[in-house]
Amino acid sequence: MKHKSFFWFVLPSSIAMLLFIFFPILSVLLQSVFTEHEQVIKEVRNCGPFGCQTTTSIDQEATAALREAEPLGRFVGLGVYFDRGHLALSEVSQLWRESAGLGAFFDRLLNLPFYKAIAFTLTYTFVVTPLTIVLGFVIAVAVNSAARAIRGPLIFVSLLPFIITPLVGSLVLFWMLDARGIIGSAMQVLADDPDLSVKASTPLMWTMLMVYGVWHSAPFAFIVYYAGLQTVNQDTLEAAMVDGASRWERIRYVVIPHLLPITTFIALIQLMDNFRVFEPIVSFSAQAHATSLSWAIYNDLSGETRQLSSAAATSFLTIIGVAILLSPVIVRTYRDFTRK
Amino acid sequence: MSFMKTTALASVLAVTGTAVLADCPVTEGRLSIVGNEFPAIQSVAALAQECMGEGTEASANLTADHQKINVAGMSGNPAEYTSAIIANSSIVALINEDVIRPLDDLIAEYGQDIPDLQKITIDGQVMAIAFMANAQTLVYRADVLEQIGVDVPETYEEVLEAAEMIREQGIMENPLGGAYAAGWNLAEEFVNMYIGHGGQFYEAGTPQVAINNEAGVKTLEMLKALSEYMNPDYLTHDSNATSAEWEAGNVALMNMWGSRSGVLMDEEGSEPQVYENTKVAPPLTVDGGDIPASTLWWDGWTVAKNISDEDAAATFQALAHATSPALLNDKTMGEAVWLIDGYEPAPVNEGVLAATRMGTQPYPMLPYQGLLHTALGDNIADYLQGNETAEQALSDIEAAYTAAAQEKGFLN
Repeated sequence: MKHKSFFWFVLPSSIAMLLFIFFPILSVLLQSVFTEHEQVIKEVRNCGPFGCQTTTSIDQEATAALREAEPLGRFVGLGVYFDRGHLALSEVSQLWRESAGLGAFFDRLLNLPFYKAIAFTLTYTFVVTPLTIVLGFVIAVAVNSAARAIRGPLIFVSLLPFIITPLVGSLVLFWMLDARGIIGSAMQVLADDPDLSVKASTPLMWTMLMVYGVWHSAPFAFIVYYAGLQTVNQDTLEAAMVDGASRWERIRYVVIPHLLPITTFIALIQLMDNFRVFEPIVSFSAQAHATSLSWAIYNDLSGETRQLSSAAATSFLTIIGVAILLSPVIVRTYRDFTRK
Repeated sequence: MSFMKTTALASVLAVTGTAVLADCPVTEGRLSIVGNEFPAIQSVAALAQECMGEGTEASANLTADHQKINVAGMSGNPAEYTSAIIANSSIVALINEDVIRPLDDLIAEYGQDIPDLQKITIDGQVMAIAFMANAQTLVYRADVLEQIGVDVPETYEEVLEAAEMIREQGIMENPLGGAYAAGWNLAEEFVNMYIGHGGQFYEAGTPQVAINNEAGVKTLEMLKALSEYMNPDYLTHDSNATSAEWEAGNVALMNMWGSRSGVLMDEEGSEPQVYENTKVAPPLTVDGGDIPASTLWWDGWTVAKNISDEDAAATFQALAHATSPALLNDKTMGEAVWLIDGYEPAPVNEGVLAATRMGTQPYPMLPYQGLLHTALGDNIADYLQGNETAEQALSDIEAAYTAAAQEKGFLN
């Protein structure tokens, strides 16, 4: 393609990417390095139905003048990134000096909100992603070998968890898991422990969040693999059969190698999605047991006083996290590409 | 609320609406309300919308998530919402962001009838008109207390004793309830209990937090002691889930909002055994103190700053009408402790009225209180689950608050 026609060809999508991806990220970055002005507090007398009180309030006139002078706020550089709510550099180095061993250090590190969130986020990502891929593949192979007549309905049912809105899907599971719900009661009977409660135990809550994660995204892996299975070369398969390859050997030596590039694609999407785990934590009211980076952003923005800079810093750290996670896969794809 | 009730409410409102159209309808301007969702506010919003005449715009967005959208919805020019219905904690965010206007000129022109009791004055300017009071007070099951032979508890220590007796006698496994969901609700319970212990949140006159003290430790210990008599899932139970537990007959004693107690005493959602024996009592004290371990709240309405004078006048008139004696009728009378002339308390409102008589403190109206509330909500659960000591939890809360307050420019 000529350079000129290439330029016109990609121009519309480049403009869209610039407008809807690049500029918003730039604005988040900008927000994360500026914070609000130092507040001018004045003493005021407030009166209401319960009597009068002397208390403090923000001096709006003085604040308006400050805003006029510096509309973006106070420049703090990476200050917010390094404070206790995020990377907590000074707290971590203090812990490192004071802790007796590595175990004690990690134990206390997980008490800091950012590290607590990243611990769950990474565990979730690295447990859910491979399980999703394996389960998706198994379903795809099973559906592919089912009789043609029932394949349509089977595909529809298998896709259901992915179609249901995440918030609704997780709420349904949450109610079923309640100590008085169907799964919750069944677990109590099976474990022979009437006090067993998923919502009261951190390990069980983590497990449930991950089970939900696999349940919700396995259909995505399934449908991509199913599409891939339709392109497997039938001649190769038949040749393998003639050579006496068993069903397992055909899958292992013909199907899986054929689907490897698809696996890379699914892994890429799933790593990104799972790193941003959010909905199940809200629907499961799990914040006492598990928090994630996305949940931390939501929490900063949903308090009575919104912490925009803090949320922006966490967002940017999430972007960096996703980039680090994806780098091995992207490097691999790039190598494959240049080798050809 | 069921369909029957909603229609009944609507028809009652329709009748009163046509009967008292003295200063209604408003003929020009726009009314757009954002606010919380519970029966009392629904009644106010419905009557205000009815006051808007032909050719005007009237809408209301009532949702439990109102705090997440009201600042954003009032920051634009012109603002999407012409009025936010708020409480004494949430008005702070609107004042901090400077999105609501003083009402003095509107009161002079259209609101001479509004009693001083309803005016929320901040630094000499009226910023909101309050219409109802609210507080968390004790709700108890009269039949269960009779069965174990104890009087209605007046302190949290007595609540613990009663809970132990109920459990021992095998009446209920988890006799206590409470909105202890990690986050806003749990933080609110801490604020109540800490005030009950006579604690001060800040070093006098500064935004410097000071809760890592004896009162703070005792507060956490009491919360934990209470939680041991609650459903093991208590960290996921907000006011709605706690009310459901109550209606299911699993709970005999709990600290609950006055505005939500009426639902527990009506015939819907529970057995006669439960709703007939559901009674409200004054708020509890703790640790020998006289100040109840509860906070007083008002709900009121504001007018947005970034709207035209015409819209502001329309909004003011409609809401002033909706929170005037015209609102009160048989249906609405019991919905809240109204601060409106002509209000006659129903039995369900006795808890909140007792709270005002007992000198319960209002929830602190400080520009940085919201940050402390968030820090409390994020860090108490670790202690309650036994992951760390009370002192560690309190120091975590202080550190989280300090980091947030530095970012927002309250501390250096």
